[in-house]
Amino acid sequence: MAAPDNIVTIRNLSKIYLQGEINVTALDNISLDIAAGEFLALLGPSGSGISTVLHIIAGIDRPTSGECHVQGIDVARLNESQLADWRNQNVGFVFQTFNLIPVLTAFENVELPLLLTRLTRRARRRQVETALELVGLADRAKHLPKQLSGGQEQRVAIARALVTDPALVVADEPTGNLDSHSAQEVLGVLRALSQDAGKTVIMVTHDPKAAAFGSRQIHLEKGELTK
Amino acid sequence: MALPINYSLRNALVRWRSTLATVLGIALVVFVFVLLQSLAAGIERSSANTGDPRNLLVVRKGSTAESASLITRQTLTEIRYFEEIARNEKGEPIISADVLALVNLPRRERGGEANVLLRGVTPRGIELRPQVGLVAGRWFVPGKRELVVSAKLAKRFDHFDLGDTVHTGSGQFTVVGWLAAGGSAFDSECWLDADECRSTFDRDMYSSFLVRPVDEAAGERLIQRIETDRRFKLKVEKEVEYYRKQTMTAAPIKWLGGFLAVMMSVGAVFAAMNTMYAAVGARTREIGTLRVLGFRRRAVVTALLVEGAFLAFFGGMIGCALAFYWNGYTTATMGFETFSEIVFEFRVTPKFVAEGLGFAVAVGLIGTLLPAIRAARLPVIDALKSI
Repeated sequence: MAAPDNIVTIRNLSKIYLQGEINVTALDNISLDIAAGEFLALLGPSGSGISTVLHIIAGIDRPTSGECHVQGIDVARLNESQLADWRNQNVGFVFQTFNLIPVLTAFENVELPLLLTRLTRRARRRQVETALELVGLADRAKHLPKQLSGGQEQRVAIARALVTDPALVVADEPTGNLDSHSAQEVLGVLRALSQDAGKTVIMVTHDPKAAAFGSRQIHLEKGELTK
Repeated sequence: MALPINYSLRNALVRWRSTLATVLGIALVVFVFVLLQSLAAGIERSSANTGDPRNLLVVRKGSTAESASLITRQTLTEIRYFEEIARNEKGEPIISADVLALVNLPRRERGGEANVLLRGVTPRGIELRPQVGLVAGRWFVPGKRELVVSAKLAKRFDHFDLGDTVHTGSGQFTVVGWLAAGGSAFDSECWLDADECRSTFDRDMYSSFLVRPVDEAAGERLIQRIETDRRFKLKVEKEVEYYRKQTMTAAPIKWLGGFLAVMMSVGAVFAAMNTMYAAVGARTREIGTLRVLGFRRRAVVTALLVEGAFLAFFGGMIGCALAFYWNGYTTATMGFETFSEIVFEFRVTPKFVAEGLGFAVAVGLIGTLLPAIRAARLPVIDALKSI
């Protein structure tokens, strides 16, 4: 069971992929607790399993065995529709490649998760504007992604992750496609989310400098926690 | 909740180059469909629009058309004074014995030759057909070899200008007038004096009688009286009914329109499918992102269907616009009933436009369904890893 002050509790989690006829172990019986408000950096080389942990916590992949409780809910037990609703209400996502919808403006991209809520149009507008202000892009609301720099695109993605006010923000190599200046800005925003807004941020990165922004670092290698 | 409609519409437009072929393909299908339906409707209208509901048409039993009917002059003598037949102010029975002749005449601008239907009528025949009027010149004088041609035919045939001479049969006729008949079958005819017609074409018999009964009840009695009299062997029906049934020419065109549209739509469905598979393939990660954000599978399917339907609707609009260009255009074809040239107008009606657009949307939806389901079924994690 999840401890009351932990937002994420992972026990004996394993993930085995079938690649052709070969079983590949991505995660090997790991256990992990993540406290609410923590900025956790999951560090490891490619293929270490860090992204797999993140995907399972975020409810976009399922473990082969073990348990993953997020806010007391075993996400692996939810069906596809329940997971979709749960993700919308509880998790904000930041991707390495930003994953903004190219045909929608920054405002419309940020508004997307809110379309699944019961908020009025006016309330949605207010929340989108607040989220864009928070990442310093209120003046770029009408811009399409292609009219923004990489750093700005990622900040729009962060605004989209925040707009539903989720308890958990997961970021999968958020600085992987950014220059160092933009990377610093984005990491600063993520740290502020944790420190100032009390959000739990889980970030996957290969870069130790980026990981240093986190309040805690965890290393994975070959699907196992090393420290 | 569904994805915003803007998402579907902008995605459809943003890839306009790759979707252009599909849009044009669907436009072509709808164009052919609407045009052929409007052509059939024009032909149908030219028949269905003909006649006076008060009139009865008498033809020989067993003949499918007036032009194939023969009635003796003796029969006219016996029938014309039936009390069921109305009289005009001069006390004359309102009955016209018509003679129909098919002649081959040259088209304008060396367009070959085509059959034209000549109708020999008496003055009563003109009286019985109030929808036929003169637009130029004057009516023929009985006893003279004069011809009044349809104004629409005059545009298509040589020597049909006022004052021209038309050589046919054993004689030659002077064109003295142009008639117009409100888009009815008479717009495909030339009228002349019945007796001149009989003598020119050496006919001893009439083709049909057009009769105005005293009233509805008299009409019923007249039908009964003529049809049951074994001496006559005649068939009597309301003039409007007779022309309504003369839509044989339109039937194969309608059928062809439907057949071509269905055949072409199969190709258009595959084109739409191909476009949407490409669209979905290029946006797999985007679809994965939408799923991650909480949009359910059906929201993704709906968004893609809207996109496909929008593309198809756009194509349908182009097809309808192209077809509408021909609306009102007058042309002619050979009628299967009379084997003569029948003039008609393309009639693009709101019903055909609605059917064409509905047809287009159906093509778009069918073509999009499989790619949309495939996209929605892809596991989120696989979609996100897509390049």
